[in-house]
Amino acid sequence: MKAITKIMFSDLHKEMQLPALSKPPVTHEQLVQYAQASGDLNPLHTDDAFAKSIGMDGVIAHGMLIMGFLGQYVQELAGTEAIVSKFNMRFGAMTKPGDAITCSGVVKQLTEIDGNRLAELELIAEKAPGERVGTGSATLTCKI
Amino acid sequence: MDLDKSMIGIASKPYIAEVDRERVTRFAQAIGDENPLYFDETYAADTAYEGVTVPPTFLVSLGSNAKFPLKLDFKRMLHGEQEFIYHQPVRIGDRLECTMTVTDVYDRVGKSGTMQFLVLDTEMKTEDGVLAAVSRNTIIYRPAKKGAN
Repeated sequence: MKAITKIMFSDLHKEMQLPALSKPPVTHEQLVQYAQASGDLNPLHTDDAFAKSIGMDGVIAHGMLIMGFLGQYVQELAGTEAIVSKFNMRFGAMTKPGDAITCSGVVKQLTEIDGNRLAELELIAEKAPGERVGTGSATLTCKI
Repeated sequence: MDLDKSMIGIASKPYIAEVDRERVTRFAQAIGDENPLYFDETYAADTAYEGVTVPPTFLVSLGSNAKFPLKLDFKRMLHGEQEFIYHQPVRIGDRLECTMTVTDVYDRVGKSGTMQFLVLDTEMKTEDGVLAAVSRNTIIYRPAKKGAN
């Protein structure tokens, strides 16, 4: 695994900027693979001719693939100590083949509930600096 | 057909979704997520998950058997937001009983007029009846084009 810098849960602090995860550019082949693996067979994501017929320049990535990248990021941040108990994403601008997505995050809140330590993270997926394709949040839960 | 609050509570018939190892592997590979937590039992045993689990967004691939409980115009639907709530880790081999329910309908005024939002929760229970996870899909239902319908 191309591990991002390993962070211990106890190292997290409020407003901490988390190390980013840079994904390789999205490829057409990856969209076909994701379509099959996810069951989302909308040709908008795999068939350029179809995409053009509905007024697009070409295929666009599944929003859920981008959420998958953020999911990879969040799961790596959870490391071995925490679980991802909640995870959401709002979809923004479109991602096309060739776009390279960078996932980044900030710790927004650290709390203790029912014998668990919770870290609330704010997440961003960008195709270029400032060009967001999605934003989200996640809760990591760590047993004390 | 536009959305209205009376749709809240409408649910699909429950269906069984199996968490199959090969599907999990293909799903992680398509994303390029090589976390050993999804396939290495020895590694996973020493984590907070205490065993192999699935990528955080994998549950979305279990939704394809759902009979959508509403008759809506798919061309007007946009996936606006997605959320996963995990009550316990999902395991390979789990047979999850899934039920999709309309949990909210609301309007929001935006640049292009009033947009309608539809929130669909898919509850996933293990065979013991324990709620493992909820997949929450918020759909933006765009205004019908003039002259359409």
